[in-house]
Amino acid sequence: MAEELIIEAGKAEKNYWKDLWRYRELFYILSLRDIKVRYKQTVLGVLWSVLRPLITMIVFTLIFSKVAKLPAAGSAPYAIMVYVGMLPWQFFANAISEASNSLIGNTNLISKVYFPRLIIPTASVITSMIDFLIAFFLMLLLCLFYQYLPGWQIIFLPLFLLLAFTLAIGIGLWITALNVKYRDFRYIVPFIVQFGLYVSPVGFSTSVIPEKYRLLFYLNPMVGVIDGFRWSLLNGEPALNVESLLISVLISLLFLWMGITKFRKMEKSFADII
Amino acid sequence: MSNIIIKAEGLGKSYIIDHQRTERYATFRDTVSQTIKGLFNNKSSNVREEFWALQNINFEFNRGDRIGVIGRNGAGKSTLLKLLSRITEPTTGKISLKGRVASLLEVGTGFHPELSGRENIFLNGAILGMARSEIRSKFDEIVDFAGVEIFLDTPVKRYSSGMYVRLAFAVAAHLEPEILVVDEVLAVGDADFQKKSLGKMKDVSSKEGRTVLFVSHSMAAVENLCNRGMLLDKGKVAYIGTAKESIEHYLKGNDILGSKILANTKYVNEVLMFNCDNIIASEFEMGTDFTIQINAKGIKEIQGLHLGFFIKDEFDQKISAFSTAMKPLKLLYNSEENNDSYLFKIESPNLIEGKYIIDISVAYKKGGRLEYIENAYVFHILSKDVYGSGVFLNNNFGKIYLNVESTLKTKA
Repeated sequence: MAEELIIEAGKAEKNYWKDLWRYRELFYILSLRDIKVRYKQTVLGVLWSVLRPLITMIVFTLIFSKVAKLPAAGSAPYAIMVYVGMLPWQFFANAISEASNSLIGNTNLISKVYFPRLIIPTASVITSMIDFLIAFFLMLLLCLFYQYLPGWQIIFLPLFLLLAFTLAIGIGLWITALNVKYRDFRYIVPFIVQFGLYVSPVGFSTSVIPEKYRLLFYLNPMVGVIDGFRWSLLNGEPALNVESLLISVLISLLFLWMGITKFRKMEKSFADII
Repeated sequence: MSNIIIKAEGLGKSYIIDHQRTERYATFRDTVSQTIKGLFNNKSSNVREEFWALQNINFEFNRGDRIGVIGRNGAGKSTLLKLLSRITEPTTGKISLKGRVASLLEVGTGFHPELSGRENIFLNGAILGMARSEIRSKFDEIVDFAGVEIFLDTPVKRYSSGMYVRLAFAVAAHLEPEILVVDEVLAVGDADFQKKSLGKMKDVSSKEGRTVLFVSHSMAAVENLCNRGMLLDKGKVAYIGTAKESIEHYLKGNDILGSKILANTKYVNEVLMFNCDNIIASEFEMGTDFTIQINAKGIKEIQGLHLGFFIKDEFDQKISAFSTAMKPLKLLYNSEENNDSYLFKIESPNLIEGKYIIDISVAYKKGGRLEYIENAYVFHILSKDVYGSGVFLNNNFGKIYLNVESTLKTKA
């Protein structure tokens, strides 16, 4: 005997988290679909996710190290320092742009079938994770090239990745929800991505920021993530700044909470307005 | 254990219609600018209207029922299905469902063109709520039903539309939900496929005791498939009963417009249509007689002037025509009416399912039109299995069907 399902006005909440678990297969298959489609018809495919970080790294190294003559943070080569900063940044940037378009791209599904909508943007963030893994593998090659060995701190890397993931999903969900209702919200994403790159320590190290502006700088949650990546991949140099990490964790959690609440609130009407 | 599988109590869904907004979705910019405008403009120019797509719907259906949901466009059929499949939330009331609901999707909704047939079976299955293990155990059966074995690893974008449909239906039909919701999907596909899928749905319900909710404009398909019927009208339940009774109620359709007063005309004032039971109607079953009544004045007074009509299809192609010039009229005297009524009874019209339009013409036999009313009246022919063979004629078969006596001569 199948269990009874009761649909009642204004009481969709009750079943939600249970449904999310029940639809985990769909989550898995949608992620798989996005990944397959992404690498299927593009000739450059995987190469594309290799070239992008590599070229950005070269340009950034030239500009910030050679032209602007900024100092490296530790003993690691400047190029590696830039690359390590770029790993979480590109993951974050990809994830929020993929997530914010995901619902619009799946309009036909949303207006025809029920499933917890949270699955779609989350699955698209997972797709960005694949790009991250490819870029990460490339970093290992880069280390080989520079004969540079990451230290024991690398075991903490998954924690910082989780932090980046939390932040990306939080902001992603928030923008996604607004994007369904207000179609001009998608223009915000390229802005965040472009502007964020310059206020995050990707091409330079946090140490070049004057002491008195540090706290303001730390309000950007990506600072904690990027510094955390550097700490864990570059032999603990520069040392971990607990203050910035804490701010980053708090802001990420705040965004996650905001994202989920906003998304849940808007979700009920998605099928009606999309 | 009670046998009720679907139960709705006081179900309603309302939409807010914003008369000011013409665009489909707002932009944040507009919202901001309108709020600011509103601050300076006390008189609210925003006319908001509540529209109830469904109101106070109550019903109960049992396990194994095949329910045909019928009604005119805008009666709320699709909204009801959306509520049942949880795509949108009801505004009032509640629905109790015992078991999994799956909707048979419009063709290819759950497909991705770049992926292969195999991958799409899993994708579509997951979208419909199947577990991978479940799909795997049904995989061969699905492929078999769809008949796409050799193309399993071809991206579906290279499939023919027929293969596409078959695959989509195969996945949904093998999904084994307790409640299967089917919305007009059978309009596509050839007669063979329609027959196969109707048969499959019947099987699903009678052999496996599953419940099918079927929405269609094809009365023939509803009558063929369903044992129960529910007639919706303007968001309310108008009738619940057997499929046959519901269809009868629908066809009688007291509130279905069956006449049209014409304005700005000199001779012709009104057009009405009657079905074979002499009830005013605008929808007729294929093959049943109907009557066109045209009320007019001042025609018989002029020597040589005649009244006629054209029947056109929805693409404005003339199908047929008739005029009082072609065949003498039978005269009946009726002293009470100011108008003259011209009655044209059309016996067993061979029109196939579809929308038809009547043009009326007042002209001299030798030529010279005095009045021509385009699109004077619209009526619909509803499909029916006229040959009694399970083949439903729809507009894929043209506009006219033939009464054929077919013989095979062969050596004994």
